[in-house]
Amino acid sequence: MLNNQGRPTQPEKASAGHRTFTGNRGLQMEEALIFETGRLDVTGVDCEVPAPFGARLGGLERRAALDLPGLSEPEAMRHYVRLSQKNYSIDAGLYPLGSCTMKHNPRLNEKMARLPGFSDIHPLQPQSTVQGALALLAELGHWLTTMTGMAAVSLVPKAGAHGELCGMMAIKAAIAARGEAATRRIVLVPDSAHGTNPATAALIGFEVRAVPARADGTVDPAAVGALMGPDVAAIMLTNPNTCGIFERDIVAIAEIIHAGGGYFYCDGANFNAIVGKTRTGDLGVDAMHINLHKTFSTPHGGGGPGSGPVVLSARLAAFAPVPFVRAGATGLELVEHAEGQSFGRMSAFHGQMGMFVRALAYMLSHGADGLRQASEDAVLNANYVRAALNDVMSSPFGARPCMHEALFDDEWLKGTGITTLDFAKAMIDEGYHPMTMYFPLVVHGAMLIEPTESESLASLDLFIMTLRDLAFSAKRGESERFTGAPHLAPRRRLDETRAARAPKLRWTPPVPVAEAAE
Amino acid sequence: MLARIGVASLDELFADIPAAQRLEGLLDLPHGASEMAVERQLGALAQRNVASGSVPFFCGAGAYRHHVPASVDHLIQRSEFLTSYTPYQPEITQGTLQYLFEFQTQVAALTGMEVANASMYDGSTAAAEAVLMAHRLTKRHKAVLSGGLHPHYAETIRTLSHMAGADARLLPADPQADEDIMAQIDAETSCVVVQSPDVFGNLRDLRAIAARAHAQGALLIAVFTEVMALGLIEPPGAMGADIVAGEGQSIGNGLNFGGPYVGLMATRQNFVRQMPGRLCGETVDAEGRRGFVLTLSTREQHIRRDKATSNICTNSGLCALAFTIHMSLLGAKGLRQVALVNHARAVALAKKLGALAGVEVINQSFFNEFAVRVAGDARVLVERLATAGVLAGVPYARLAPQAGLDDILLIAVTETSSDDDADALVAALAGALPC
Repeated sequence: MLNNQGRPTQPEKASAGHRTFTGNRGLQMEEALIFETGRLDVTGVDCEVPAPFGARLGGLERRAALDLPGLSEPEAMRHYVRLSQKNYSIDAGLYPLGSCTMKHNPRLNEKMARLPGFSDIHPLQPQSTVQGALALLAELGHWLTTMTGMAAVSLVPKAGAHGELCGMMAIKAAIAARGEAATRRIVLVPDSAHGTNPATAALIGFEVRAVPARADGTVDPAAVGALMGPDVAAIMLTNPNTCGIFERDIVAIAEIIHAGGGYFYCDGANFNAIVGKTRTGDLGVDAMHINLHKTFSTPHGGGGPGSGPVVLSARLAAFAPVPFVRAGATGLELVEHAEGQSFGRMSAFHGQMGMFVRALAYMLSHGADGLRQASEDAVLNANYVRAALNDVMSSPFGARPCMHEALFDDEWLKGTGITTLDFAKAMIDEGYHPMTMYFPLVVHGAMLIEPTESESLASLDLFIMTLRDLAFSAKRGESERFTGAPHLAPRRRLDETRAARAPKLRWTPPVPVAEAAE
Repeated sequence: MLARIGVASLDELFADIPAAQRLEGLLDLPHGASEMAVERQLGALAQRNVASGSVPFFCGAGAYRHHVPASVDHLIQRSEFLTSYTPYQPEITQGTLQYLFEFQTQVAALTGMEVANASMYDGSTAAAEAVLMAHRLTKRHKAVLSGGLHPHYAETIRTLSHMAGADARLLPADPQADEDIMAQIDAETSCVVVQSPDVFGNLRDLRAIAARAHAQGALLIAVFTEVMALGLIEPPGAMGADIVAGEGQSIGNGLNFGGPYVGLMATRQNFVRQMPGRLCGETVDAEGRRGFVLTLSTREQHIRRDKATSNICTNSGLCALAFTIHMSLLGAKGLRQVALVNHARAVALAKKLGALAGVEVINQSFFNEFAVRVAGDARVLVERLATAGVLAGVPYARLAPQAGLDDILLIAVTETSSDDDADALVAALAGALPC
């Protein structure tokens, strides 16, 4: 969920290298937009032609032109296959995006999600005809509450940030129920937090107050204590935090928040480091979202769909949104309308069923033993990478163990003229997706590496040797390897400044030469 | 590995977890199971559901069963699409970026708007975000919601508005599209939200509403739950809409028991900086070649934090890809054809049902979904018909039990409903209704 802070990159012009007539480079094909190749009289879909009938469109027939070309099936296959070949993917290589957790996506999950009994059922079918689906929701909920030691779960949220919204709305509803809506308006958020945390709090009218970090990258209970008061609604804390460190004083922080009448929201983006090692509920958390697309291997799909169930403490359970499943007289029933203290509905249906099936398939495959081992292996792999790079790169918090991701800063690049961005782009030429860059914001030139448990020792060793080679090269001042990179990707650096200055967000037909000249 | 790390045991790496909260044993959950065992267990759960394709099926109300070409599912399962992340490194994610640019172009064209974003979670959350966007644009905080809005969409909007400290006034359920929404728009109104086809299936002329809203300095947000309709009906952009928010599931995506779906959002070019969600834009690389990047990210949470336009990070990337591939296969020609078949089949069924005693079609106009008034409670009727092997539609009272419309049944008919299916529904209804 992170990026390069939108740093504008305006690359210098580079030489074109070996030229071809087509612009293709061997297997790397240039591919036009469908609007440039498709034709308006083509469709790749066969369809019956209805007999003439009296339309009942109430005079609202489309009169506006619709200039969308069609492709035949072979044309569509070729177009999208060629596009796919311009993408990096976890299936093709190590994808060390810290905090994003690019682990292997088992294909059993895909197969299960496509069973017609899951993929081809309607959210509003009679409940008697979807008892298996409701049982799946209940089963997934059981796994999530057991793993976290929490009282309840809402499966509704459609992504991590939507989960944050769900948890914070439950907190807001709970505060309102206590009659403190007007007074408790502040949410404490550490500087190192994901941007979604302050954005979520602000979206529903809270005022965000920053909590500074200690020198070791963790939150100081004393700093929380100093900010805590009757005007504070909650703290939003990521654990393990965005520096890849477990907040060792988390229990003390929870006690301070609770003693002051607030709630503890935990950003569970990094839950994958601690499954089976500790339970969220035991740490004093009131609400936490779980990114199924991180911890439980549902595919990231180029940016979604995600799924962000929220586990809730007993103090917040009653405020959960609808719908949810409960045992009824004749089987499981879906509660679709808010009763009691529920804060209501936050999306049309029950959540990301397709992701639930995949995540449950992953959980069942791994079990209590395998889930714990996945966390241990993720932490082991991250520490192995950290230890192997520690002598050539610099760490903001010294050579201490990390959880599932290893954080470096750009101190070691000082004087080389090479930036974190340059270093990351050079990784692309070596066949690696860069790590998360410039996040967390509190670390200068941050490089956050999360190898995940999916990588073998051989894969880690090659990655480490590559990064070491790049690091030595940078220190030797071989700047062309970096500042012009990537040299070998489907595109060189792209001009982000130009894209933002005069946004071109859709294709438009080229202006005929004659008109353009006028 | 431990030696290179410099620790004696794995436990040392977890030393920061307070001892009292450290789990020593295993969680109280089953051990890992083999691939075959997991297939068996999940397969058994799937067997307990009635798949829509296995019975005469007429459910809609926000999710629609359409035929998706086999090539769509094949293409979205390509590793390079399925297992890549948000395209933060554009040099090695041009595949994702180019299809997002194609998606944005298609959505803008379909809705008749100038620009579209790279997708939202679903139609309902897109609608809720659209309302907050209108508040930012108008610097007002009152929304008026049509009684033709899908009740779940209305609730989603109201929850978010309430939490954000804004006002969202919902008009009474309006099955015959005769509400006077224009009378509700005043100088404090930020936006008016109207769905077409509405939840009862009626098509709504948005032009007068847009004119009235604009005269008061308010915006018109047009909502739809059935994107297929745009193949046949006048798009909201041509009727004066300022923001369009809708559900795109019908194109490329299956029912999936409610998700994942793909929210569509489109607007005017000059509103784009207040738009939530990812945007993909065209640019050039260092060699002057065309390429695409995520752009205008200064609206977004990872840069602006508590000043962002929205907290959204993830979108519906892969569902947007399915939409784009299916739309590319259809083209305008195919979309119009499929939409026409939907409408023809709905008109034919409405005619047959209207001839039944105890059934009254209440719509003047519709696309592929219409409302009928039945004798008795539609929820009871639907359960009875399900027992007889026909999924007859969605009772309006399931969506809004308090509306006093217990006798309204929403019936959706797509190209996947055969003549035999229609006959089965007619026969089952005739048998189930008291004459």
